[in-house]
Amino acid sequence: MKIVFTAKGDSWDSQMDARFGRMELLVTYDEASQTLQAATNSETESMEHGAGLQTAQKVLELEPDVIITGNGAGQKALEILKRSNVKMFVGAGDMTIKEAYEAFKADKLKTQF
Amino acid sequence: MKITFASGKGGTGKTTISTNLTSYLARMGKSVVLADLDVEEPNAALFIKSTLKKTEISNKMSPKWEEVDCALCGKCAEVCNFNAIVAMPEEILVFPELCHSCYACSELCPTDSLPMTPSRIGEIKEFKADGFSLVEGRLDLGQEMAVPLIAQTIEYTDKNFSDSIKILDAPPGTSCPVIEASRGSDFVILITESTPFGLNDLKLAVETMKVLKQKFGVIINRYGIGNKGVQEYCRDENIPIITKVQNDKEVAKLYSKGELIYPQIEHFKNSLDDIVKFIGGLK
Repeated sequence: MKIVFTAKGDSWDSQMDARFGRMELLVTYDEASQTLQAATNSETESMEHGAGLQTAQKVLELEPDVIITGNGAGQKALEILKRSNVKMFVGAGDMTIKEAYEAFKADKLKTQF
Repeated sequence: MKITFASGKGGTGKTTISTNLTSYLARMGKSVVLADLDVEEPNAALFIKSTLKKTEISNKMSPKWEEVDCALCGKCAEVCNFNAIVAMPEEILVFPELCHSCYACSELCPTDSLPMTPSRIGEIKEFKADGFSLVEGRLDLGQEMAVPLIAQTIEYTDKNFSDSIKILDAPPGTSCPVIEASRGSDFVILITESTPFGLNDLKLAVETMKVLKQKFGVIINRYGIGNKGVQEYCRDENIPIITKVQNDKEVAKLYSKGELIYPQIEHFKNSLDDIVKFIGGLK
């Protein structure tokens, strides 16, 4: 399974970013290869509008099975995300990536859709 | 003559002063119209007893995806500066709320699959008040683009009240909506208050006006609170202070009841006289 975390840093101990559209980093964990990879999302900083749309598209290009985030995605980003089979889990905004992963595995996170 | 009332900071008194000034000018026998350009939250009509005369629907042009000939090349999403188009592997998604009607996607689409079509964004209303008219732009809920409606509200006012003095009540801030509300005017009056916050935002507004090469002056509202920062800044920058409106709880009380201020408060009326005199000297 491939999981995308909305994060502020690129290691297991990094803090999650509660925001979706303007998250600092997209951190992908591939369970099959057990690798953690980070990609920047800093270009959304300068966007006045539409950051969520661009981020949603970028996330889908990674073809994840699951997204783990904090507050959840906005309405327009959801329109895009819902066109794929990805599952979205929320409420992990105050955790580290590791804690978020463990909470997801323990079935403790709520789904946004 | 067209005058915009703007500010940096919100809540400094743009609507209070522009509604009162319009009514005052009308009472002096001038032909005058007030345009409420704070289209995201218009409220001038709350302070003016008036009857609705006319409503026009405001439309904005945005692209509509036609699937038939589309090659899904993604050129449209690439050229859009406003993130309004997302090219998915099997479809093109358009988000009209984000569209600035620049036509780039539509014009550059190799298969003409994005024809521009009108869609409703709000309303322009014309009210008849005692001796003057009020034109109000009101954006529909959920719409994010204020600028096209502001432009249309000004256009409506220009067309229907060409010979009148036009008072434009702008939204707060210093971004695109304020620029649209200011750039075509003969003069911009920046309303501020003499607090550090007021000064900070006044400086931003002044910088905006300088970029626009727009003539402007300042009104200090709620004079007596805060410090001398705004006055010193205006002196150093050679910006005319048109009037200082005294801080007065009675003004706030009348405002909260939705009543005009100048018929009941002498010092407020004196400030309006300062503004009228200043405007008269502009020509």
